Amino acid sequence: MLKQYSFEKTAVQTFPDNVSLAMRTENLQVFYGANHAMHDADLGFPKNQITALIGASGSGKSTYLRSLNRMNDNIATVTGKIWYHGVDINEPNVNIYEIRRHIGMVFQRPNPFAKSIRENIVYALKANGFKGKAELEERVETSLKGAALWDEVKDSLDKSALALSGGQQQRLCIARSIAMEPDVLLLDEPCSALDPISTVKVEETLLELQKKYSIIIVTHNMQQAARVSSQCAFFHLGHVMEYTPTATMFSNPQIPATQDYISGSFG
Amino acid sequence: MGAKRTDFIATVIIDLIVAAVVGILVFLLAYILISGLPHVSWSFLTGTTDAFSGAGGIGVQLFNSFYLLVLTMLISIPISLGAGIYLAEYAKDNWRTSLIRSAIEVLSSLPSVVVGLFGFLLFVVKFKIGFSVISGAIALTFFNLPLLTRNIEESLSAVPRDQREAGLSLGLSKWKTEIGIILPVALPGIVTGIVLSAGRVFGEAAALIYTAGQSAPVTNFSDWNPMDPASPLNPFRPAETLAVHIWKVNTEGLASNAAQLSAAASAVLIIAVLLFNLGARVLGNFLYRRVTASK
Repeated sequence: MLKQYSFEKTAVQTFPDNVSLAMRTENLQVFYGANHAMHDADLGFPKNQITALIGASGSGKSTYLRSLNRMNDNIATVTGKIWYHGVDINEPNVNIYEIRRHIGMVFQRPNPFAKSIRENIVYALKANGFKGKAELEERVETSLKGAALWDEVKDSLDKSALALSGGQQQRLCIARSIAMEPDVLLLDEPCSALDPISTVKVEETLLELQKKYSIIIVTHNMQQAARVSSQCAFFHLGHVMEYTPTATMFSNPQIPATQDYISGSFG
Repeated sequence: MGAKRTDFIATVIIDLIVAAVVGILVFLLAYILISGLPHVSWSFLTGTTDAFSGAGGIGVQLFNSFYLLVLTMLISIPISLGAGIYLAEYAKDNWRTSLIRSAIEVLSSLPSVVVGLFGFLLFVVKFKIGFSVISGAIALTFFNLPLLTRNIEESLSAVPRDQREAGLSLGLSKWKTEIGIILPVALPGIVTGIVLSAGRVFGEAAALIYTAGQSAPVTNFSDWNPMDPASPLNPFRPAETLAVHIWKVNTEGLASNAAQLSAAASAVLIIAVLLFNLGARVLGNFLYRRVTASK
């Protein structure tokens, strides 16, 4: 039997004006038909930091994340505002393709294209009109280095991406996203299909990447949230219950729901 | 009876059933090949048929079968590709889509002789095209379309959903994702389906008797202008195919060696269809390695 927690009592931080935010949502609600999957999410994401979204399955954290780059279009109804560079990108007339180039995404299961490693990275670039053989080659190298995969694959760029291990595939997916040079990188449980060693590699990659990108990561794994993130939001049944600096959340949770979830006496 | 014993008996029964299926196929193939192959010769494969008795070679019929196949595929592949992409990627899950699916199902279960008669009444008689390659190709398209569409839809649907999400998340449009990422992965399956359906089209007789006709006028193989009446490429000339020829020799053939003629033609037909099947596998595997860069 799941404990009942009041959705009235939440502890969601807001940031002062001098903290520059990569993006911010205001009253974000998500509906799957009649199912109200996400209520009133008001979250801001500081630039060049890793923000972790934690919570049990069905808490709405992935739903929320997928709304940020409009991946829920045609799947769910998303209302409210998503502020990005002073523009509400939840407006219907926004160019979603442009948005997704600025807000990249990595998924739960590694999903490299059934192409060569090089093609995985350059395909979307070429499709978006990025030209020049030398420039493309350079982009391949920098993005693979960014994802800490270059040393492992530099001699086999023309081999199939599907021949890589799961962890390598996931880092290739990260490389593919950062090759578009986005601002924000959304990661939806990127390590849940990986073994511990691959997980460590991905986490090290993320810590390095936050120097250039603002990262929002959904994770089931609280240790992972504690290891990599600086801000942490706890989701429960479609509500954001608590949003604080990660250190605060894990040492001094503000509300009972968070406390129970973190200590494992949840539900 | 112990679990071990039950399992043993079940395994034996299943093995026997499989053996029976394989046995029937092998017997059939062996019988046709053994009775037909000794009568196949180079002059039989390239010679012309005597219009009255049906005796002589099958050169023109063989060419007609391939030409009709090519025309049919030229018409049916683009249409079924569009329909398959629509059904797999764009169609919403509603009553209209299920109506389309049912329509395709019904179309695929139409008896080919009915399709042939329909083609006869509409193209040959009403549109006054006459018995011709093009009438035959359109009739064959009717009965090829549903299967090809189904095959393309299934090949596309079998590509994991996360591939589409990957494409979209990189800012690619849905169309671009479809053409550049999903279609190449589905291509080996699609090509296999196309080649297999080519085998069926190649062996089809009933739909062609009243559309492409039962006569194979001698054509001039040095005249490749499709507008000339005697040119083999002219789509408006009657064109008896190999399968129709077998049927005709058996029912109306006056040649003294009619049985041998049809046996030999059957052997050629079977070999061609087997080659299509084999080709489908080889080509499918080759394309898969090619597009996925796995050597």
